[in-house]
Amino acid sequence: MAYVAVKGGERAIRNAHTWLAEERRGDPAVPDLGLDQIREQLGRAIDRVMAEGSLYDPDLAALAIKQAQGDLIEAAFLLRAYRTTLPRFAHARPVDTAAMRAARRISAIFKDLPGGQTLGPTYDYTHRLLDFELAENQPPPDAPRAAPDLSPVPRVPDILGREGLLEADGPMDAEPGDLTREPLSFPAGRDIRLQALARGDEGFLLAMGYSTQRGYGGSHPFAGEVRMGEVSVEIEPPELGFAIDIGDLTVTECQMVNQFKGSKTQLPQFTRGYGLVFGFSERKAMSMALVDRAMRAEELGEDVTAPAQNPEFVLYHSDNIEATGFVEHLKLPHYVDFQSELQNVRRLREAVERREAAE
Amino acid sequence: MNDTISRPDAIATRQHWMSVLARAPAEAIASALTRAGPLPVWSRVRGPETGLVMVRGRTGGSGSPFNLGEMTVTRCTVRLGSGVAGHAYVAGRDERRAELAAVADALLQDLNTGSRDSLIGPLAAAQREQRLTRAEKAAATRVEFFAMRNMRS
Repeated sequence: MAYVAVKGGERAIRNAHTWLAEERRGDPAVPDLGLDQIREQLGRAIDRVMAEGSLYDPDLAALAIKQAQGDLIEAAFLLRAYRTTLPRFAHARPVDTAAMRAARRISAIFKDLPGGQTLGPTYDYTHRLLDFELAENQPPPDAPRAAPDLSPVPRVPDILGREGLLEADGPMDAEPGDLTREPLSFPAGRDIRLQALARGDEGFLLAMGYSTQRGYGGSHPFAGEVRMGEVSVEIEPPELGFAIDIGDLTVTECQMVNQFKGSKTQLPQFTRGYGLVFGFSERKAMSMALVDRAMRAEELGEDVTAPAQNPEFVLYHSDNIEATGFVEHLKLPHYVDFQSELQNVRRLREAVERREAAE
Repeated sequence: MNDTISRPDAIATRQHWMSVLARAPAEAIASALTRAGPLPVWSRVRGPETGLVMVRGRTGGSGSPFNLGEMTVTRCTVRLGSGVAGHAYVAGRDERRAELAAVADALLQDLNTGSRDSLIGPLAAAQREQRLTRAEKAAATRVEFFAMRNMRS
């Protein structure tokens, strides 16, 4: 019996996937979507897939988005699966965000900070009205230019840190844990937490960050600084014996600055939450920084009362690939489980009915 | 390698051209190699092969490292007829680009400073130009605050 069912299933699956390919292509009278078009014109989708797929490769992300018909979680899943086919050559030196070639850099706490406020290609201050001219495929006007200041832009923590008003970053040289090598375990260090948040679901982190603002573990955040731009990646191949630069990545960094009343051993000062993500994703970098700070509640001697302050709650639920797997596994055959549940319910009902009949 | 320059300088010079080659498109490296003369004969020692590099950040920007996520990288090692080896590690999955970058790395070690500049100079200039263009567009979005004058004073 079981074999008959499997054979029937195979044919149905094959036909379903063939139909899927046809549906994915859509109306053949409409030109096929090029990967270059996805890469160039759906940049924020590319960024999200690279961040949550935890693999920086815009061309692969474009392919994944096309294959998944724009389902970005499915696309991130495709990247996660692809990375398992590749060997790891090296780990890079930590990127230096102070040396970022920033396209955008803003601070909500200092109007006139050194290096200035640079808006970059932002959706902020747009009116969120649909622009029907975009439907006409008109070329956009050229972006205005001005003489740039090419010196590195100081980071806000470096400015505030000088007076000791802001907590320092701590030691620099511990070897970080790696979620791609070791499964998540608790207590999870901040290195592991930041790695999990960087690849976590944007929607989940947004909701968690938002919950802290609405009073579930509030920490009075200020957006100390948000910056986006290119950083260089360096590795040190053993065959060369010196560091080499292998290319650029676009990343978004958020420095959240939070109140801290001080403790028996510590004068009052500002504490920090940190966000760093692949691509241009301010919403995610800011959410990450809020949640990073919330999860430091115990370390900073604050009451742990809210979900966002609970690292187990956050980290066990932040990964949308794992979450999808567990939620969607409910679709798989549970015929035998359900048969036994069915018998149980029937027995219980019969027992109740017998009792009622006897009374 | 040119023995009139010291080793740290030689490494810095090579680091510079490798960083330029890592960002140059395959076609641009190919035409730069053609400009430098007849293409040398080379053999592949390793690759080209694609793998991953784990990118790291620092907690708070300057604290202890954490793993941010991986990137694709393609590497290649070649040897010229002269015996000089060239290496390349370039972001992405373009095998031809990695192989041409490794050939250029080997060739550049054999060339004198003038020939090096003519090979790598135009590639570096194109990359500088791209960066400058983005920096100029960013500069045009810099906010110039002006103080509001109090009418009663």
